[in-house]
Amino acid sequence: MKKIEAFVRHEAFEPIRIELLQRGFPSLSVSEVKGSGRQAGITERYRGAELTSWLRPKVKIECVVADEDVQTIVEAILKHGQTGNVGDGKIFVFPVEQAWRVRTGESGEAILQSHPDEG
Amino acid sequence: MSIATLHLTTNLGLNSAWVVIAGLFVMFMQAGLAMLEIGFVRGKNAGSIVAKILTNFAICAVVFWAVGFAFSFGHGSLLLGYHGFFTEGQHAFPLAFPDNPQGVTPDTLWFFEFVFCAVALAIVWGTTLERVKFGVYIAYAPIFAGIIYPVVAHWIFGDGWLRMDLHVQDFAGSIVVDVTAGAAALAVLLQLGPRRGKYGPDGKPRAIPGHNMPLFGLGILILWLGWFGFNPGSTLNALDGRFPEIVLVTQLAGSAGLLAALAVMWKLTKTFDIGMAGNGAIAGLVAITGPAGYVRPWAALLIGAVAGVIVVFGVIRIDKRVDDPIGVLSAHLIAGIWGALSLGLFADPKLAAHNLPGSHGGLFYTGSLTQLGSQAVGVVVTFAFVFVSSYLVFKVIGRTIGLRVTAEEENAGLDISEHGMYGYPEQFIPMPELVGYGAVPASLRIGTGPLSDPDVTTAAKQQGKPSTRPGRQDGPSSPGSTDRI
Repeated sequence: MKKIEAFVRHEAFEPIRIELLQRGFPSLSVSEVKGSGRQAGITERYRGAELTSWLRPKVKIECVVADEDVQTIVEAILKHGQTGNVGDGKIFVFPVEQAWRVRTGESGEAILQSHPDEG
Repeated sequence: MSIATLHLTTNLGLNSAWVVIAGLFVMFMQAGLAMLEIGFVRGKNAGSIVAKILTNFAICAVVFWAVGFAFSFGHGSLLLGYHGFFTEGQHAFPLAFPDNPQGVTPDTLWFFEFVFCAVALAIVWGTTLERVKFGVYIAYAPIFAGIIYPVVAHWIFGDGWLRMDLHVQDFAGSIVVDVTAGAAALAVLLQLGPRRGKYGPDGKPRAIPGHNMPLFGLGILILWLGWFGFNPGSTLNALDGRFPEIVLVTQLAGSAGLLAALAVMWKLTKTFDIGMAGNGAIAGLVAITGPAGYVRPWAALLIGAVAGVIVVFGVIRIDKRVDDPIGVLSAHLIAGIWGALSLGLFADPKLAAHNLPGSHGGLFYTGSLTQLGSQAVGVVVTFAFVFVSSYLVFKVIGRTIGLRVTAEEENAGLDISEHGMYGYPEQFIPMPELVGYGAVPASLRIGTGPLSDPDVTTAAKQQGKPSTRPGRQDGPSSPGSTDRI
């Protein structure tokens, strides 16, 4: 199992989400984060006085998938996340040691699939 | 009257005092419209509405003082007034003292009519929110306040042909304010197009929820309060005893509009829709604006209720085709048309004779379609004149300044892209940066100005094109970017 953590532009999220749904990956978590990379800041002016904000908003997508599915997810994110400009974001992949489904107490890679009862 | 040489009689003083106070209520509608619009847009565009309302209000006053008031309420021909520029001239205004001894002072009339013009202008922009360039406001405002609105006001409120020859009834402006504003709002909307993300790839409309329903509610209530200046003040007279009944009539129509809209929405969706309740109240109030001085309370209830029903179906239908963020086309244009036509049905003959000698009672009293015909002509002429003239003006503005911000600016929000600041800074600037003020040395600063980084502004142009640098998520292309890790 691997955990994928991707930081992307807000506009990229919906197309990525649709693509992942179509490919059979409905499970993911999203958080709105602010961070800095090589993208420039935004300067504001309040009645003439300046304030520059270096931390830019991004969407963080997290999902855990079987090892062989990592490439599929990464490709979907790259496909819709790229504008070719600084600030498109980054993708990180981590190993996952163990996983449980809270409702049933099952563990292991089986929990990545839908439960047999769910039909 | 630029020098206070008048010694006001009690009558003139009371009338003028009432109309100035009524005008103050109408001015407060600017705040109402601002809160309504702010509530109905996303937080990233909240500040832009403040700038818009303030700027338009200021422009409108200067232009309406210089020329608009003379064109609309000065002595002149049936087509246009041409006395009383800069509110100068003893006998320039037929509706004001001394030409009308039962009236108000000229400056009182100016103030009351100016705030009407300002409300109309503010309504126009309701269809443009969240995507229009600020320069468009500045370019169109003087033309609207200087000529477009005054022409209509002269024709129907002043000594123009629609009032004098056709006896079109419009007590406080269902046509002059709401149809006019709605026609101009449609003209700009058709050229501006919908907000990004309003329509899906399949063409289906998607809700773009406003960010603050409490502010929206405050806006509705302030507007409602304002209407008690709008309609009763249009008596331009405190002593003929008409204004208290007009207060009652106005309230009944607003209530009926709200309740009807709430009921229809409950029938359609099984929810008590907050936004539509507010829109219903506005539609009822807009519809009663024209009939306010001409109808009895029972008719007001009917007029308001019908407006409340119309506005629900109007909003839902219109949303399928064009993006009207706050419902101007339904709540003002369509409800205004209904209000104007309703006079042809419900105008009381006695009140018709009192307000506009020569005009007739409505179908329900007289069995005659005469007045309904006049009302229809008034609506069609006004719509055609305002729509065509505004369409052309917006065409010219579109060719020169441009109507719409870039896609990237629209995504970022007008607050930061047009005004360089956020309406809600703490929501967009992380707290750590606000407390660490000045911590980033100047040598490390790479971005200047809103959306200035070249990567962001070019991103908009390249949207949809596949990257020529596969696998590369960022790069040292931004000036000085290697300084920032």
